[in-house]
Amino acid sequence: MSKFDDVFKQSLIGRLLQSDRAGTWLLGALLALAVLVPFFNLVIPADSFLHLPTYLVVLMGKYLCYALLALALDLIWGYCGILSLGHGAFFALGGYAMGMHLMRQIGDRGVYGNAELPDFMVFLNWTELPWYWYGFDNFFFAMFMVALVPAALAFVFGWLAFRSRVTGVYLSIITQAMTYALLLAFFRNDMGFGGNNGLTDFKDILGFSLQSDGTRNVLFVLSALSVAGAYVLCRAIVSSKYGRVLVAIRDAESRTRFMGYRVEHFKLFVFVVSAMLAGIAGALYVPQVGIINPGEFSPVNSIEIVIWVAVGGRGTLFGAVIGAIVVNYAKTYFTGAFPEVWLFMLGALFVISTLYLPKGIVGVVNQYRERLAVKNSANKPQELSS
Amino acid sequence: MDNAMTLPRYIFRSALIVLLAMAALAQADMATDSVVQGAQIESADSAIEASAEMSVEEVFAELIAARSTSAKTDTIQKIANSDFPQAQTVLQALQEGELYYTKAKPPVLVFAVNHPDGYSISSALNGEDLGVVGLRDVRKVSINNALRNLLRGLLAEMALRSESVDVRLQAAKNLIRSPAEEYLPAIEKAIANETSDKVLVSLRLAEGMININSDEQTKRLAAIEAFSDTLDSDVMSLLAGMQIQDADGNYQESDEVVRLAAAEVLRDMKAQAQLYKIVENTFFGLSLGSVLLLTAVGLAITFGVMGVINMAHGEMMMLGAYTTYVIQLIMPNYIDYSIIVAIPAAFLVSGLVGIIIERGIIRHLYGRPLETLLATFGVSLILQQAVRSIFSPLNKSVTAPSWLSGSWEINGALSLTYNRLYIIVFSLVVLALLLFVLKKTFVGLQMRAVTQNRAMANSMGIRTGWVDALTFGLGSGIAGIAGVALSQLTNVGPNLGQSYIIDSFMVVVFGGVGNLFGTFFAAMSLGVANKFLEPFAGAVLAKIFVLVFIILFIQWRPRGLFALKGRFVED
Repeated sequence: MSKFDDVFKQSLIGRLLQSDRAGTWLLGALLALAVLVPFFNLVIPADSFLHLPTYLVVLMGKYLCYALLALALDLIWGYCGILSLGHGAFFALGGYAMGMHLMRQIGDRGVYGNAELPDFMVFLNWTELPWYWYGFDNFFFAMFMVALVPAALAFVFGWLAFRSRVTGVYLSIITQAMTYALLLAFFRNDMGFGGNNGLTDFKDILGFSLQSDGTRNVLFVLSALSVAGAYVLCRAIVSSKYGRVLVAIRDAESRTRFMGYRVEHFKLFVFVVSAMLAGIAGALYVPQVGIINPGEFSPVNSIEIVIWVAVGGRGTLFGAVIGAIVVNYAKTYFTGAFPEVWLFMLGALFVISTLYLPKGIVGVVNQYRERLAVKNSANKPQELSS
Repeated sequence: MDNAMTLPRYIFRSALIVLLAMAALAQADMATDSVVQGAQIESADSAIEASAEMSVEEVFAELIAARSTSAKTDTIQKIANSDFPQAQTVLQALQEGELYYTKAKPPVLVFAVNHPDGYSISSALNGEDLGVVGLRDVRKVSINNALRNLLRGLLAEMALRSESVDVRLQAAKNLIRSPAEEYLPAIEKAIANETSDKVLVSLRLAEGMININSDEQTKRLAAIEAFSDTLDSDVMSLLAGMQIQDADGNYQESDEVVRLAAAEVLRDMKAQAQLYKIVENTFFGLSLGSVLLLTAVGLAITFGVMGVINMAHGEMMMLGAYTTYVIQLIMPNYIDYSIIVAIPAAFLVSGLVGIIIERGIIRHLYGRPLETLLATFGVSLILQQAVRSIFSPLNKSVTAPSWLSGSWEINGALSLTYNRLYIIVFSLVVLALLLFVLKKTFVGLQMRAVTQNRAMANSMGIRTGWVDALTFGLGSGIAGIAGVALSQLTNVGPNLGQSYIIDSFMVVVFGGVGNLFGTFFAAMSLGVANKFLEPFAGAVLAKIFVLVFIILFIQWRPRGLFALKGRFVED
């Protein structure tokens, strides 16, 4: 046992998590979910009261996708001070890449039975597949695109913006303009992405039906593992020397630049990584909810992501995961129980979390623990920068 | 001596005589005046009698009695040439087949409208409602095609003789749309008598539209000549039609001389129309720019001057629009004036809400712009839901006051709608007032002092807290005014604000934060650019182009067109 402990502590992940107790808990919880959810859904018989209904599996999978997205945003906002109000765009682009693959998988099972063209193209009287749809029949090409397309957009956008030192609110506003422009573009039928209706009616992925419980559980486990993997990646980034520079940029950009760091390179790298994570989140999201449409590009969605991170606790990584799950659970509950109240609740949540919880839920917990620690005179102050 | 004694008396006496004579003359004058007037009245009376020779009742009886076409023609001419007040309505009804007569003795001429139980009739003589009669109780005054043509010409002629310029203009325009040979005499008569230039132009056009179909080449050339003054779309399509070639290379218009003349006039017209199209696009662009200016100028205060990213700005506009709606509900009988009441009301409502938001939330978040973004976004959600709960999620319709509708027609190719015209003026007035408040009033001075150096202003005795609240209230109030303008242009609904918020931010960032002239310039140039792109790219793509342009522009000038210079820029 102790030998295993040692090996674990020597490993990369072990070293990362040594001083990150919350992270260890989070990873443990995610791994437990990845095992327990399929067990309770598939193994426990449907008539048992311990059985987990499939719709809950899908719902939890959805939350995990949001958590991944929040993690991506916390990486740039919490550790580098880049408040992107357009992260929904990267999420949606990843989702569209996945959606395009799933559309190609439909083949001739569409309403029009056209093996060559997706239904909406037949409907628009298109005769051949646009060039940018080529290759999406191949799963691996599509998965490559899931990461590449958001990364490419983030690279071009970030390269332009960071090089010109567009910072703070200006950056936030042009990221918002970016997602708004994409929203308008994807609404157009001429774009070849299904226009207003987006992509839907998916049948199967790699030959497994999307409706079957097995596929759904696999997707759930993949989502949980992705969140865990992304958490480890982000933790590795922020606790490295590189991550220290990111925090320095967040707190005093000009000073960091004067010390000789190429600020724009650091920002660009972390922005691209974040966009890729968002794209992967979108790709996991689409097969679980079964639709992707231009509404995902709406600027309001992107602002909501910011709220998840703010509520959970900015600059902590696990706070983002907690925030995404808590806010979305509240959303599901309130839109079901009191649809009228939900927007009041969400609005109040924004106001209260910025006014009274500047460090989010994690901040409150830490404050409480610090107080306990002071009481026990075992003083170990928690570092938390605003 | 005697002479000298009598001189004054003489003068007095002669003066008296002159006075008396004048008085007498004046009296005589008055007398003759009245005599002349009387004579005029008499002669006018006799003129009516002379021209009509018969009373209205008699003519109507004659119309009923007339059986042959020639007899009817005579009677119709008599009515048309008479001064009967009923003449036009009767002839109109006759043409439309709504003129009937009853089978009473003597028969009465009536207007009949279909009714479930037969006809609902009213007297042709005085419009008196005569109730409902059965289908067989009345008989139609029948007319044939010859009479119909006659009537059409006579009616047009009567309209052209009307006292009102508007009626004459409308009649002339109708003639352009439906040119027919039988109107020609009436038009020529009207051209000879017309005093209004505007009507005259339309009449000439109508004449041309008829003559172009004539057999004589000179008449047709004259008609084309008459067309050179206009940009009427019907005329243009007529001339363009002449130039069409069929498969064998034959032109639609066989007469070479006429075709070439038409081609030349058409070329001129097209060049002019092109010019007016540019003018029109600029105008549309400026009016769009004015909307952008109105929506952005409040943000230029809260975001530009105070550094607060107010995501609830759009909802301030929404509140202004709903205020307009509520004011219209309160004063339904004075729709035309309600908008004038709504402007200050919207300013107050949005301004007050703005002050409450500032005092309650934003003042705790100064210096943390990203946090204000989140908090005000929360406020915007709350306001949207509040409006949804109070007014229902459906769009409300706000009636446009009558003086806002209609358009200013400059010529056939260019007409500017009043609501666009007013919105340009309105946005400029709002901008001017705002500049006045900021630059010339004491409150404005304090506002500028606080934004430039808060600590210093505070130590000089300015209550910075209240100045902040007032500044935010001012920005929000202007957003409310913008909402009044928007209520005239789009649907008033809970999402009204959201559709403008991104555009407003773009305008402020493009123009340069903290610079009202920059905002003005940015709004106008983006509006015009958008309208000029639209014909080529379509509305959505034009908007995408503009957004991409702004994103790229910000790379080039990260602080906007007119960036503030100085130390506080880099904070």
